[in-house]
Amino acid sequence: MTLIRQLRPALVIFGFLSLLTGLLYPLSMTAISSVLMPDKAAGSLVHDGKRTVGSVLIGQNFTQSRYFHGRPSATIGTDPADPTKTVSTPYNAAASVGSNASPTAKALVERVASAIARLKAENPEAIANGLSIPMDLVTTSASGLDPDISPQAAFFQIKRIARVRNLPEEMVRQLVEHMIEHPLMGWLGEPHLNVLELNMALDSLHR
Amino acid sequence: MSFYGWVTIMAFLICIIAITRPLGGFLKRVLEGEPHVLGRIFGPFERGIYRIAGIQQDREQSWSQYAIAVIVFKIICFIAVYTLLRVQGFLPLNPNGMGGVAPDLAYNTAISFVTNTNWQSYAGETTMSHLSQMLALTVQNFVSAAAGIAIAMAVIRGFARRKASSIGNFWTDLVRTTLYVLLPICMVLTLFFVLEGVPQTLTGSVTAQTIEGMHQTIALGPVASQEAIKLLGTNGGGFFNVNSAHPFENPNALTNFVQMLAIFALGAGLTNMFGRMVGRERQGWTIFSAMAVLFLVGTIVTYWSEAHANPLLHALGIDPSLGNMEGKETRFGIIGSALFATVTTDASCGAVNAMHESFLPLGGMIPLVNMMLGEVIFGGVGSGLYGFLLFAIIAVFMAGLMVGRTPEYLGKKIEAREIKMTMLAVLCLPLVMLGFTALAVVMPSGLSALSASGPHGFTEALYAYTSAAANNGSAFSGLTANTFWNVTLGIAMMAGRFFVIIPVLAIAGAMAAKKTAAPTPGTFPTDTGLFIALVTGVILIVGGLTFLPALALGPIVEHLAMLRGTLF
Repeated sequence: MTLIRQLRPALVIFGFLSLLTGLLYPLSMTAISSVLMPDKAAGSLVHDGKRTVGSVLIGQNFTQSRYFHGRPSATIGTDPADPTKTVSTPYNAAASVGSNASPTAKALVERVASAIARLKAENPEAIANGLSIPMDLVTTSASGLDPDISPQAAFFQIKRIARVRNLPEEMVRQLVEHMIEHPLMGWLGEPHLNVLELNMALDSLHR
Repeated sequence: MSFYGWVTIMAFLICIIAITRPLGGFLKRVLEGEPHVLGRIFGPFERGIYRIAGIQQDREQSWSQYAIAVIVFKIICFIAVYTLLRVQGFLPLNPNGMGGVAPDLAYNTAISFVTNTNWQSYAGETTMSHLSQMLALTVQNFVSAAAGIAIAMAVIRGFARRKASSIGNFWTDLVRTTLYVLLPICMVLTLFFVLEGVPQTLTGSVTAQTIEGMHQTIALGPVASQEAIKLLGTNGGGFFNVNSAHPFENPNALTNFVQMLAIFALGAGLTNMFGRMVGRERQGWTIFSAMAVLFLVGTIVTYWSEAHANPLLHALGIDPSLGNMEGKETRFGIIGSALFATVTTDASCGAVNAMHESFLPLGGMIPLVNMMLGEVIFGGVGSGLYGFLLFAIIAVFMAGLMVGRTPEYLGKKIEAREIKMTMLAVLCLPLVMLGFTALAVVMPSGLSALSASGPHGFTEALYAYTSAAANNGSAFSGLTANTFWNVTLGIAMMAGRFFVIIPVLAIAGAMAAKKTAAPTPGTFPTDTGLFIALVTGVILIVGGLTFLPALALGPIVEHLAMLRGTLF
């Protein structure tokens, strides 16, 4: 009988708390945010004229040698040739995922080895100058959407960018140093650079 | 390991210590029905709800009535979430046109959110409509957390009262916790998160044309409002598949720090409320200290492990200075990821900002061990405290055996019935964790879901059932849950929740009925360093005896294999 007696309070309280926390709370927060902080509430989107270039918080798959490259990404997407299959689709911001590679997996070591070979081929000057390959440029991020790279990863690519863009190396280096985001209060967080912002700044050097 | 890493750990601990006392005081006010500012404003509203629901606020419940109220409420929650997920395709606020969720996945998700586990067998951005995220999942994030705090409060009343037949009223505990504690803090947190870049919008995905001219579809939604309660309620069910690793859920090092504080806040506050309720805040600080010691040990081991590069990759000639960055985000780095992994598994949160599966073997073992110990290191909101009290009972029992006196805790005699109930709760978890793991690694349908082979594959299975039974929800997410996994993990989550809650409430009822004895010179004091050492020892010994063999087969053997250069 206790069970039945508890049914009314259970249903009423459930209904009340659902309305309060499931509708009123998220909807009012949406309304307040969209008035006070419209750009951030909408995803910190970056526009170039009318075109949406992306979100400053979400990494992009940079492949051209004239741009700084981000970290490897493990995201996958539908194969355009065969919708029943999935293929590697780096920086797919509609379906975040990490590699979940085991530290002792053969597949991980092979993947990293091929990433090293590619980096060496793309950046012969850095290798010739004795720069060693930074860890973040050969390992996939947790989200597959990491917008940042380490300062080491940016310095590693400077000579390539300068060569391809025909810019003085010093100019690119200064840009990189200028764009490094340092830890908050000197200790909270890691020094890093936002790759999208860095590349947009790079493009604006030519204007 | 850097100087700044140590500063981060210390700053985090100091912040937690600073918020423990004010939160404890406020929790006591709210749950004991004492006057407070928010109560003056929303009091009439609260009383109106009780009238409609037919609840007399001052009418308290016995432990069995309290337990039945919890179970009835959970059943309604389960039915509501399951139904909403199944029919979401026909409901509004579904801009990306998500279809209904499959039966086994909806069942798994409903149990997962009702039990405060928030294991994600689904990927949020490709499965859930905005309405499901809000009305099904966010609601459960609130009420499962509030129910946890309510139960902890009932248990504390059991220790604090003398010769009483009741331990409070579940409905008022539930409503007050949600209305006055969770909701106001979440509103502040939501706005802070949006300020730092977490989206809060009802629009669907946005398609961008990248500066290289490619198309990129970016999933968006009401993220911030769910993020706030996900952490504060130690739920851990994120908006996106990769949870707090997603730049939209956790955009920078500051939000990361605040997220970790939010995970520990209420668990720490409850230790202080406990002290206040039993009449000596020092009793609360004793519990806090034991938890803090275990927290620091876990953090240091994980930090040490992850600060090293994977030797198998280092051998390929990579600069090792950044540490093990596979499955980690640049903006958090090693310390931000290692600390988060420890915090989220100390508490029963299960949010992740890095992929635990890609941690080095010993770094990934600490989150596993934290959950195996029962998540009593600050713990889930409510569940951490009542889980810890079970170990405190075992500790005084052992102390009593050593000196040949009837064990007492806070003046209450611990007798056969309490010890039986304690052992039931303490033994149920390992049985579920190890039993199901053993089953999964001999069943073809269990093995087929594992992504890793060798010892890491075993750890993947062990981690999954440990996380489910401990109601954590983090994962070695290489596992692709099929029907076998969805069903068995659902059972593990239910067993892990209810086979602890019911014995714990029974203990509370028994304690409330006892008289409180005045301390004598022969009483074993439970607010000293000796007690901290004893209870920490009990937690580690019980966990060690139970789980060492399994750990040896998983992370320990994998660590040794890695040092020898063996690949799987």
